[in-house]
Amino acid sequence: MADMSTSLAWFRMPNPVLTASGCAAAGRELHQFFDVAQLGGVVTKSVMSRPRSGRATPRMAETPSGMLNSIGLQGPGIEAFIDNDLAWLAKQGARTVVSIAGGHTDEYVELTRRLRGNPAVYAIEVNISCPNVENRGQVFACDVVASSRVIGAVRRAADPAVPVLAKLSPDVTDITLIARACADAGADGFSLINTLLGMVIDTDTLAPALGGGTGGLSGPAIRPVAVRCVWQVKQAVPHLPILGMGGIRSGLDALQFILAGASAVSVGTAVFGDPSAPMRILAELEQALDERGFASVADAIGYAHRPPAERLVPAAAAPAAR
Amino acid sequence: MTSEPEVVGPVQERGEIFDVQRVGAYTQFTVVAPGVAAGFRPGQFVAVAVGGENSAMVLRRAFALSGATRGGAFAGTVQFVVAAHGPGTRWLVQRSAGEMLDLVGPLGNPFPLPSAPTRAVLVGGGYGSAPLLALASALLEGGSSVEFVLGAATAARLFGELAARRAVGSVTVLTEDGTAGERGRVTDALPGAIERVGAEVVYACGPMAMLRAVGEIASEAAITAQVAVEESMACGIGVCMTCVLPVRGTDGQSRFVRSCVDGPVFDAARVRWQDVGRLPADLVGAEAMSVPGQGRH
Repeated sequence: MADMSTSLAWFRMPNPVLTASGCAAAGRELHQFFDVAQLGGVVTKSVMSRPRSGRATPRMAETPSGMLNSIGLQGPGIEAFIDNDLAWLAKQGARTVVSIAGGHTDEYVELTRRLRGNPAVYAIEVNISCPNVENRGQVFACDVVASSRVIGAVRRAADPAVPVLAKLSPDVTDITLIARACADAGADGFSLINTLLGMVIDTDTLAPALGGGTGGLSGPAIRPVAVRCVWQVKQAVPHLPILGMGGIRSGLDALQFILAGASAVSVGTAVFGDPSAPMRILAELEQALDERGFASVADAIGYAHRPPAERLVPAAAAPAAR
Repeated sequence: MTSEPEVVGPVQERGEIFDVQRVGAYTQFTVVAPGVAAGFRPGQFVAVAVGGENSAMVLRRAFALSGATRGGAFAGTVQFVVAAHGPGTRWLVQRSAGEMLDLVGPLGNPFPLPSAPTRAVLVGGGYGSAPLLALASALLEGGSSVEFVLGAATAARLFGELAARRAVGSVTVLTEDGTAGERGRVTDALPGAIERVGAEVVYACGPMAMLRAVGEIASEAAITAQVAVEESMACGIGVCMTCVLPVRGTDGQSRFVRSCVDGPVFDAARVRWQDVGRLPADLVGAEAMSVPGQGRH
């Protein structure tokens, strides 16, 4: 059996499967289907400093192999989050990655300070790439300077023991430029990728289907985009670990991300259709690693980057199933 | 006057389709799902995966449970009714007995039952009557008297008239085109029904516009309306935040609450019907949506 343990910087976890921000709330609901402490970690829905209503409905449209959402970061605010959600997760023994989102750099700093010294926080994911904010044109992760300013400020404000992951948007011309800027600003790793900005028009009402007009596209439809982003960032910034996500719904999907360079993966939209998906994917991933002769997750990270001569393919491996 | 029954958590299970029946414009499923059946209370729903294992339809479809059998000849089955109106529901109605379905349930809060016998009017629009049949049984068991008002656009879109007549005897049927029962809408018959039986509570399930109107009629009669909403959902279990409605809480403050786990049954007087699909400025956290400097770095 492959050694499933892995790490994102100095956040160590027994296995590489986590939830994805915004797709698991704060773990409580999924705990009805499996023990959230069994996961590598729980990535909580992005929290902001104050309670936030989110956008008007409709907030969702199903799309081919995916969905479009425009929630608009509905949430209880950091205070209630720490008292209720984070405390509950700690009580379950879950390893929590807290996702934070802000309207400006100061808000990210304030959120980070509120989390400082809280032993329930294993890592901070800095959501600088949510497409469902009022001024989409100014998403931090679309701008090198804005990205590095936020990441640098969060890194300085955060507990030194807590890794800071920059969550990036695929909606940029060159994601490696943003990734390098975040690395230079002190990011300890990356979360790749956030949703892609999309739109669905309702042909009955003759208007955008979502209340917010645009929304974030997620699900298997975006998986190749996500794998490509992981691949590119792994090549550009090889020394930083990647939490990979985007349309993972099977163990083999998860393996693609790991082979492309992810040290761990988040299961997001798949949870909506299959609440026990994270544990199923973990079991499938373990089997997939065993079948390919990997002794550990660590051995498989970035394996697809090796030149053909150094890439050992098990003799039994048939061409990829179609 | 009501007491909250204990709610058992949902389970995910693959169950064999025991029976599929066409009922007018609808399809009624009976699925072997003992885990879902065990916790069922009227008003709760089930979320069904559609399209098979590698389906391009990644989200479940939610259906109100019309009944569950925990014992006897059909041990551990649940029933729900499907109206085919999109690719997912069309796939579903093409299933046959013996095939397997992946279910998550029972989900959501049930209809609150009265702690003492009462007089209730149950209002169903289209196949919204499905969950009311199980509710009627529960009310009758508790010694309450029950009257049905069932309505639909046309006769083929009525559901459960026969079962309702068997259960309670007193059933008013209305269709908008007059193809069955009286011509009209449920809301035409509801005030009279409330007055005739001296109703203390109305229970309803159906389209949003109907629920809103039912709530207004109940409010005019100074009685409670407990309504089960049908909002579009991505997950059904409370994690995705897509199915929210503006609802006034017991603290007087309004919030976007999830119709899956905080509903689907709401006291109609607490739902801000006129604000559905909008972001009212007095909602908790609404001001945070337009913070000065929002989006600026």
